[in-house]
Amino acid sequence: MKRYLIQRCVQAVVILFGISVLVFVAISLMPGDAVDAMFPPDSMVTPQAKAQMRRQLGLDAPAPIRYIHWLGRAVRLNFGYSLSSQKPISQIIWERMPTTLMLVGFALVLSVVLGLITGAIAALKQYSWLDYLLTLFSFTWLSIPEFFLGLLMIYVFAVRLNWFPAFGSSTAGAHNAVLDRLHHLVLPGLTLGLGLTAALTRYVRSSLLDVLHSDYMRTARAKGLRERIVVVRHGLRNALIPFITVVAFRLPYLLGGAVIIETVFQWPGLGLLALTAASNRDYPLVMALALAVTVVVVISSLLADIAYALADPRIRYA
Amino acid sequence: MAASLTARQGATITLEAAHHERRRPGVWRRFVRHRLALAGLIFVAAMGLAALLAPWLSPYNAYKMQLLDARLPPSLHHPLGTDTLGRDILTRVFAGGRVSIAVALSAVAISSTLGTFLGVVSGYVGGAVDAALMRITDMFMSFPLFVLLIVLVPVLGPSATNVVLILGLFSWMGVARLVRGQVLSVMTEPYIEAAIASGANSRRIVLRHVLPNSMVPVIVASTLNVANAMLAEAALSFLGLGIQPPTPSWGNMLNAAQQLQVLVQQPWVWLGPGGAIALTVLSINFMGDGLRDALDPRYHR
Repeated sequence: MKRYLIQRCVQAVVILFGISVLVFVAISLMPGDAVDAMFPPDSMVTPQAKAQMRRQLGLDAPAPIRYIHWLGRAVRLNFGYSLSSQKPISQIIWERMPTTLMLVGFALVLSVVLGLITGAIAALKQYSWLDYLLTLFSFTWLSIPEFFLGLLMIYVFAVRLNWFPAFGSSTAGAHNAVLDRLHHLVLPGLTLGLGLTAALTRYVRSSLLDVLHSDYMRTARAKGLRERIVVVRHGLRNALIPFITVVAFRLPYLLGGAVIIETVFQWPGLGLLALTAASNRDYPLVMALALAVTVVVVISSLLADIAYALADPRIRYA
Repeated sequence: MAASLTARQGATITLEAAHHERRRPGVWRRFVRHRLALAGLIFVAAMGLAALLAPWLSPYNAYKMQLLDARLPPSLHHPLGTDTLGRDILTRVFAGGRVSIAVALSAVAISSTLGTFLGVVSGYVGGAVDAALMRITDMFMSFPLFVLLIVLVPVLGPSATNVVLILGLFSWMGVARLVRGQVLSVMTEPYIEAAIASGANSRRIVLRHVLPNSMVPVIVASTLNVANAMLAEAALSFLGLGIQPPTPSWGNMLNAAQQLQVLVQQPWVWLGPGGAIALTVLSINFMGDGLRDALDPRYHR
């Protein structure tokens, strides 16, 4: 077990390095750099002045040295300053992180709960009209592009029915701040979560089906246990062991979807920030965000692997 | 002498039996049993044909602005209405389909080829090469593709070629893993041993025996990857990072809906392309599912 853990941790670190190098290289390839971005193209600043600024900021060193400097600062969570807003990047990220976490967290919890329930129902009533309906639903949510679903949601629920607000994460001067935030959270959270729900439903359904036909289920029933206990305690529990891994595997897509959803619903989180940063060529911010996302993904998959190893003793002693 | 002759004959017979293992006639029959898959195939074929013949299908030009006809609701003249610049939506949907389908197919061509190559090498050679390739695959799999796209596309410039390249170069991992697994299991089959025994060199074994028998999961995965690539391209174009207007693509046609007025008052502008994407991807998913069941009847859900 310990060896497995250490192996996975080393892997995670390697991946983080790899990504940081890739992003750094991509950004170094870009025309113009931080100093150029500080002045408009037709400014009077002489090339010599620019060169001196570069020397001061350490931008004239060759790429590997710059990378090491950047890495050294990044490890201490100092990502420098955003080019477009001149604020320290760590502060910007820290401020907007809770908003995105709310959205992603809501979608995650919603899809896990819904996925489990619908997947279990579909498996238990296999081939019934309910199963077909649920399967069709899953296919639909998986096929509709998220931004189209978001637009549809806004059109139906916000514009025509006026049940939920369409944009933003809160209304200024609302009476009850918490309720208002929840109100704003429903549409984007639902849009983001439905895709994952569909994937999880299909997974739970097929996994549970496999388990239901296995021998130990027959034994449990033969023991005379009530059907519900048989299904939940023996069937579901065993079917769900790789469930954590499945969720962790879909997490990158969830984060990608968050970017789209935040754009459609004007949700002021990290996704929207990433997009505006990329279009503004705000390279330090883009790099920091890319790294942050990757860290989240790598850590969550690491945790998922650990949880899987804890839950399934077969892995530990493999 | 007699013993070796018999061994050679045995090897030849086993090899021939292996070639007849393709089960071609049953595949189609099993496929059409899935009505949804069949419907999917028909829809995709129809959409593909429409996309291919787009320039000749409609009297309207997908690019020319006709401001006098702007923002018309659906009618007999314009079955899906016109957009803010007066262009017929249905024509643009077909033209956009051309672009979107072409991008998706190209990206999958790249990723499937790359994935198959790496998977075969990994599975066949094994050992350190296999371990190294699997580590690289794991590393690539951890890259959140979308974030990478958002970082790289502004760097490289938004264009169809870049989108295809990036999508293709970062989607090969699933196929590689599948192929590797399949190659590993094919390698344990008796006809491989027979081929080695009858003196076939590595290249022949791979090309004539390993590869054809490992293609089943690749075909299914590639079909599903086309759907994913289409969604990814649509999302990128929607965000403005993919195909740039005036070239229509289903994604960037939906970008118009970002304006509240279009969203609320001219829903036909975005319902058309959005529905097109949804239906096409749905059909491809159904097809992929049907293919999976048809090509490998031992795999039951």
